[in-house]
Amino acid sequence: MNRKFSHTTILALVMIGILLLMWALNGSQFLRLGNFQSMAFQLPELGILSLAMMVTMLTAGINLSIIASANLTGIVTALILTRFVTPETTGAASFAIVILAVGAGLLTSAAIGLLNGFLIANVEVSPILATLGTMTLLNGVAIVMTKGYVISGFPEAIRFIGNGQILGIPVPMIVFIACAALMALLLTRTRMGVSVYMLGSNPTACHFSGINNASVLLKTYLVSGLYSGIAAIIMMSRFNSAKADYGESYLLMTVLASVLGGTSAAGGFGKVSGLVIALVILQIISSGLNLLRVSNFLTIAIWGGILILVMVINYVSEQYQKRRTA
Amino acid sequence: MKRLLASYETFVFLVIVLLCIIITWVNPNFLTLENLFDLLKSYSFVGILAIGVLFVLISGGIDISFTAVATVAMYVMAVIIVRYGGNMLTAFLIASVIGIILGMVNAVIIYFFNIHSIITTIATLNIYYGLLTVFSGGKWIYALPTWFREFTEIRVFTLTNANGIEYGLSIITVIWFALLALAWLILRYTMIGRGIYAMGGNPTSARRVGFDVLRLQLFVYSFMGWMAGIAGVILALLVQTVAPNSIVGKELDVLAAVILGGASLTGGVGSLWGTMLGVALIAIMGNGLTMMRVPAFWYNVFIGLTIVISVSANAYRHKRKKKRAIAVEIE
Repeated sequence: MNRKFSHTTILALVMIGILLLMWALNGSQFLRLGNFQSMAFQLPELGILSLAMMVTMLTAGINLSIIASANLTGIVTALILTRFVTPETTGAASFAIVILAVGAGLLTSAAIGLLNGFLIANVEVSPILATLGTMTLLNGVAIVMTKGYVISGFPEAIRFIGNGQILGIPVPMIVFIACAALMALLLTRTRMGVSVYMLGSNPTACHFSGINNASVLLKTYLVSGLYSGIAAIIMMSRFNSAKADYGESYLLMTVLASVLGGTSAAGGFGKVSGLVIALVILQIISSGLNLLRVSNFLTIAIWGGILILVMVINYVSEQYQKRRTA
Repeated sequence: MKRLLASYETFVFLVIVLLCIIITWVNPNFLTLENLFDLLKSYSFVGILAIGVLFVLISGGIDISFTAVATVAMYVMAVIIVRYGGNMLTAFLIASVIGIILGMVNAVIIYFFNIHSIITTIATLNIYYGLLTVFSGGKWIYALPTWFREFTEIRVFTLTNANGIEYGLSIITVIWFALLALAWLILRYTMIGRGIYAMGGNPTSARRVGFDVLRLQLFVYSFMGWMAGIAGVILALLVQTVAPNSIVGKELDVLAAVILGGASLTGGVGSLWGTMLGVALIAIMGNGLTMMRVPAFWYNVFIGLTIVISVSANAYRHKRKKKRAIAVEIE
């Protein structure tokens, strides 16, 4: 047994432990198909946003603007939909408008990603400052565009993205799995992915090994922006509305999920698989406690507790292994 | 003189002066003592929190949990004074003790388990806030004692405006300024203050030189907690209701003010003067937009633009300086 316990192993053990605990507390009710389906509807929003956060954390950065960017994307899409789709619009035309609206939304989120990337890569603003600024700015633009009101009432086609099912699997879940798989491929199988990890562990070494740091950073924030845009489409379709201040509590949760999943805040380390397990842990806790009719706020407190617990276990096992090898 | 002109603080100060000129030009009511005292009173809450955040940033850490600490301190203080009575001193004392304890919890976790401060405080933010909301049931407290209400009305001196309405320097502003003076003394004239800068600049060298990093960490985070506790009481005094959800979510706003004031997130840099300029910039912008009758929903656009432009200008200056330094080396 010379192999050391990896973070993912610890996480997987914690997940099984919590799953068993929730099963014991809730009985057979917890294992019903319906319960898993409702979990599969709730997890993707936070999941995709967490992917958007995680990729920037790998480069030792952070993207505080993901929620604001998601809301602005949602609003752009919603405004196009409500402006052009009238009750008389036929199926095919309404479908075309949905495609156009979603396209415009994703374009917005990509532009936001490029703005963040430009500030961080080219102007060399520290990521936390740049995205703190764009977060406030984007939120402001969203408020100005909507005057603070809710935009709602979308055609059927868009509601399918958030609420539909294919072969019993919720569409948001399918989108999430696709996003996670793509991100994993990008990080492990491409030149850019390797550069992201190198840049995160040591930017100077990365620069001297012939990598264009600025271009890697720009692409990282572009991907982050696009992912927040995808999350936005799912969010607006699930709520059937868009507003400037939806999901603000998600922001710190995405950092929490990433870190719980083994992404280092100092950059350079973290895997998509770890993040996915972390998201499942958070979702099991929240659904399990919900079945027990425990207050949402206790769930939040327990999430915080789990984060510290996992970090402490990590630390202790690291110290233990250090002592054994020494 | 040249250094003064080149400093970031001077740049922020000039922006503020420019802003004041524009606002006064549109609405002369802006540059009156009455409005000034009003601003100094209503922004004392942010101002006090900013002092604590500055300490943590100088030490090289970050604290996100201060809004939750302020909420817990404010709520527990309100419950106790409503149930058992007391006076202003006990109110501040209760909130201070709670703030310091919660801050110390942060420091202990960060130091002993070597967990990054941003992760620790995101976790404790959720724990403190979640538990408070569970135990309080989310209930608001309205029926605060009369002495608590009357304290807000105390002024150090009172003036009367043209319409016969009284105004003056509020005791709340005085508390803020007293804390500022204390913080200035600590940073400038004590071993602890020098230690905080040293630790933020380079923790390893600070340890080698002989600073006790654990004690410094404990001090910095409990000082942040203390400021949060007092800010909690100040907010309760200002709005005269205590709600469990009134502060959490504002952590990044305060952080933005401190950063606008030139504090660095990598530690070792930052001044009280700059921080207060940052708070002033946010305050004047908010108040000025109202004074110029700009609809309220434009507020965040302007604040956001200000942050983006000022941090970009600062970063660009650093970049050019770095390039020049390299060029000199080559020669």
